[in-house]
Amino acid sequence: MKVTVKFFAILRERVGAGEITKEIQDGSTVADLWQALKQDYPKLAPVETRLLYAVNQNYVKPDHALKDRDEVVFIPPVSGGR
Amino acid sequence: MFRVVRAPIDLQELVRYVTDPSAGAIATFIGTTRNNNEGRKVIALDYDAYPEMAEKELKRIGEDAKKKWRIERMAIIHRIGPVEITEASVMIAVSAAHRDDAFQACRFAIEEIKKTVPIWKKEVFEGGEVWIGTQTGQPLTDREARQR
Repeated sequence: MKVTVKFFAILRERVGAGEITKEIQDGSTVADLWQALKQDYPKLAPVETRLLYAVNQNYVKPDHALKDRDEVVFIPPVSGGR
Repeated sequence: MFRVVRAPIDLQELVRYVTDPSAGAIATFIGTTRNNNEGRKVIALDYDAYPEMAEKELKRIGEDAKKKWRIERMAIIHRIGPVEITEASVMIAVSAAHRDDAFQACRFAIEEIKKTVPIWKKEVFEGGEVWIGTQTGQPLTDREARQR
């Protein structure tokens, strides 16, 4: 199956693209997808601390099972300030 | 009204939106770009967002605030792209019958925005740039930034 992955902020810079389509095995979880992306884009490896995951614009847990044509976004820590 | 925009934000637009005959108070908050951070001379902040989800999360903050306080209306507009020193990146307006609810809901909104809304801030400073909140070690130097 295929999923769309959108990249923002530091992840977009590391990947060099805002959006990709990725072929993954049926039953893959969000965490599996991240592992696969790290193989494709080694520059992503140092960025994984405190990532959140969104599928079709809702926050999900890392063990969330993906479906064909899902839109997945990895969310690094959001903008601070106090 | 919950929006992510690229153009400068107009406070009057938010105030007009939340103005309500039953409200005796309107509280507003404006977040601006400051010229310094942790000893660095800041040139600008450059915001990026996942716009569809960011607007959805802003709306959720409004719904949560309505459950917690007796407010009439809320408006939040967040600007993305480069925001120069003194310019506003975010504005919030809340109307309520009484000021205590308006102030508290307004405070709640800005604190929540910093937690769950997928909007990111890159600080462009003299000598480099860094994505705020992302633990990836040292800020990039100018040269590294240009090489990307």
